[in-house]
Amino acid sequence: MDLDFTQEQDMLRNSARDFLTTECDKKKVREIEESAEGYSAEIWRKMAELGWQGLMIPEEYDGMGMGLMDLLVIFEEIGRNILPSPFLATVALGVPPIVEAGTEEMKKDFLPRVASGEVILTLALTEPSAGYSPDCIKLKAEAKGDNFVLNGIKLFVEFASAADYMVVAARTRSGADPTEGITLFLVDSKSPGIKIEPFATTGMDRQCEVAFDNVSVPKSSVIGEVDKGWHIIEKTLKIATVAKMAEMSGGMQAILDMSVAYAKERVQYGRPIGSYQAIQHMLADMFIRSFTSKNILYEAAWMAAEGIDCDAKVSTAKAWCNEAYKKVAEDGVQVHGAIGTTRDHDMGLYYRRAMAAFPTYGDTEDHREVVAISLGL
Amino acid sequence: MDFKFTPEQDKFRQEIRDFVKKELPPGFETGVGGHVETDEEWKVARAMTKKLAEKGWLNIGWPREYGGQDNHMFSVILNEEMNYLCAPGLDFGGVGMLAPALMKHGNEEQKKEHLGRIARGEVVWCQGWSEPEAGSDLPNLKTRAVEDGDYYVINGQKVWTSLAHHADWCFLLAKTNPDAQPKHRGITFILVDFKTPGITIRPLVTMAKERSFSEVFYDNVRVPKKNVVGEVNGGFKVAMTAAGFERSGIYRIALALRNVDRMIEWSKKPQPGGYVPAKDPVVRQKLANIYIEGRISRMLAYRVAWLQSQGLEPEWEASVARVFGSEFQQHSAEVGSQIMGLRGMLMKGSKWADEDCNMALQAMLGIGATIAAGTSEVQRNAIALRGLELPRG
Repeated sequence: MDLDFTQEQDMLRNSARDFLTTECDKKKVREIEESAEGYSAEIWRKMAELGWQGLMIPEEYDGMGMGLMDLLVIFEEIGRNILPSPFLATVALGVPPIVEAGTEEMKKDFLPRVASGEVILTLALTEPSAGYSPDCIKLKAEAKGDNFVLNGIKLFVEFASAADYMVVAARTRSGADPTEGITLFLVDSKSPGIKIEPFATTGMDRQCEVAFDNVSVPKSSVIGEVDKGWHIIEKTLKIATVAKMAEMSGGMQAILDMSVAYAKERVQYGRPIGSYQAIQHMLADMFIRSFTSKNILYEAAWMAAEGIDCDAKVSTAKAWCNEAYKKVAEDGVQVHGAIGTTRDHDMGLYYRRAMAAFPTYGDTEDHREVVAISLGL
Repeated sequence: MDFKFTPEQDKFRQEIRDFVKKELPPGFETGVGGHVETDEEWKVARAMTKKLAEKGWLNIGWPREYGGQDNHMFSVILNEEMNYLCAPGLDFGGVGMLAPALMKHGNEEQKKEHLGRIARGEVVWCQGWSEPEAGSDLPNLKTRAVEDGDYYVINGQKVWTSLAHHADWCFLLAKTNPDAQPKHRGITFILVDFKTPGITIRPLVTMAKERSFSEVFYDNVRVPKKNVVGEVNGGFKVAMTAAGFERSGIYRIALALRNVDRMIEWSKKPQPGGYVPAKDPVVRQKLANIYIEGRISRMLAYRVAWLQSQGLEPEWEASVARVFGSEFQQHSAEVGSQIMGLRGMLMKGSKWADEDCNMALQAMLGIGATIAAGTSEVQRNAIALRGLELPRG
């Protein structure tokens, strides 16, 4: 047993923290949120110089060949600082299917360009039914000569508006088993017939509708085998869930730090409010929620990184982090009082993200059900 | 990071399971925290203690120089398995509290007199700390120890003393300087032979009708001065060492996880009338959630254990593990009673009661979990004041 991060990971954390503090203060966060693109191309380029986009890409494709625990460290810092960007979409949703199942040609073509920051990726998975189960995938892909033709709607596609390419999960065959007949395609976002429309959302994270109207893609764009894409999605969602939880963990830490600092300086009835036991116990509970989330998240991430079967553990962690982040964010606003409800205050930036993180990659009930199944219930 | 147990640790865990299967009478089960009620059960518990001692397991976490194996993780694993299996025999007071305090603060004579006997499982120790006016505010204790030649004369009342009615000895906290400020600087740690005249023990019966605790009255009890551990008026420090040796709280997690596992099995069985609880979505959510709490509690306990095995001092980690673990223990029994519905009212032994899954008793036994050995409120204070460094009120 060794429950500490490595020295290298500590260094990675420090450098990520320094970078984000310097490049993306909260004024900048708001500026990016309000911008048309929803991310900063300049910061994106600098992240690539640090090697972030290529962190989990093997070295032979110009990546850094590092692991999920390293990525977790970066995402905790991103969650702590807040960085509106297609980073999670690219590295945790777009890259894993290509690394896992892409053709050699595809890897050589795309991965170095992702690592250099030139190409932004995302995953088009969910549809208007807004669920993550395989039966929710209805978007049709029909073979036609050397091509497949895609028709249907994808909903809640993160940063589709910024993505150069998207991994699209489509149904190539319908049958009794919904996990069969799903095929993944790597699709150019500018393909004729694709219409992308971003929405205003709680997380201001450029969730989009992507409509496919007779979009023709070559057979060479299939990732993995035809009809056999679901297990790639499962594996990808596990990585994305770990990344999201790391963001949530960082967010909880930021809220806690901010609330403790405020409770020490805000004076009412002649005393700092942090000297009142009602506030102290609220902050202690926030600490407990943050600390418990980290512990279970690290265990789940470690299992995923080691290739140990961890569906139930990841779900254990996500179910817990969902509830924890929501309550920490609510209590954070409560400690701050009225000022915490304003657009000018940083608290709201986190509160909005807690709301957005909750249903992303499965809400609490979804993940509890996964745990229930794993217990033989 | 690496969350794996070593092959040696896995092997040791299995050896404990084999040992319990071989040595414990079939169907024998302890209550919360290894509690046994009848004289017959107490005999079984004592026999188990002896067997654990013979295997060299009882004090496996002690340093080698005192006959242990210096293996903190093994002691935590032992604690977990014994409690999960509801097996009696571990000695928390002597092995887990007094002995570490003696090693650090005791003199050679005291170590020689007591450590070997504790390691061999020969003596039953109880802890004489809490009093009617000294619960969370332990330094407010009133029991007096007054010098008289080579002796201290002790007068006062202790309460919530576990195992007092079986104990041979007690490690006591008494006031030697009632004027000291702060109050904890006037307290001395004294070893009391329970055969000394003047000691009266009165049982306190819990709502579950178990005799877990006693009140202990001291009426001019003469204790030799050589029984003082550490410095006179320096007993609080000794007490902190005693309380700090094993902070994971794994025992309560283990027994609550056992309850969760029992509930899961219970819910899979069709009830009279055909209803299968495990098919009910509400039951599934509740069970999954309590299981999640349990896995997190266990992880927290092992984080504390791991820190201690590295020779580090857990601070707020131990408080978090304490609050979260004891609340999990309560929740587990609460959820059990809920999903069992009317059947959940039946006490063990009643007609129609499920003998493998009795959450009514667990709920009564578990309700004190957030009180004993530092209330949840005191732990939250510690997290707020020491962990988050918030200003004192």
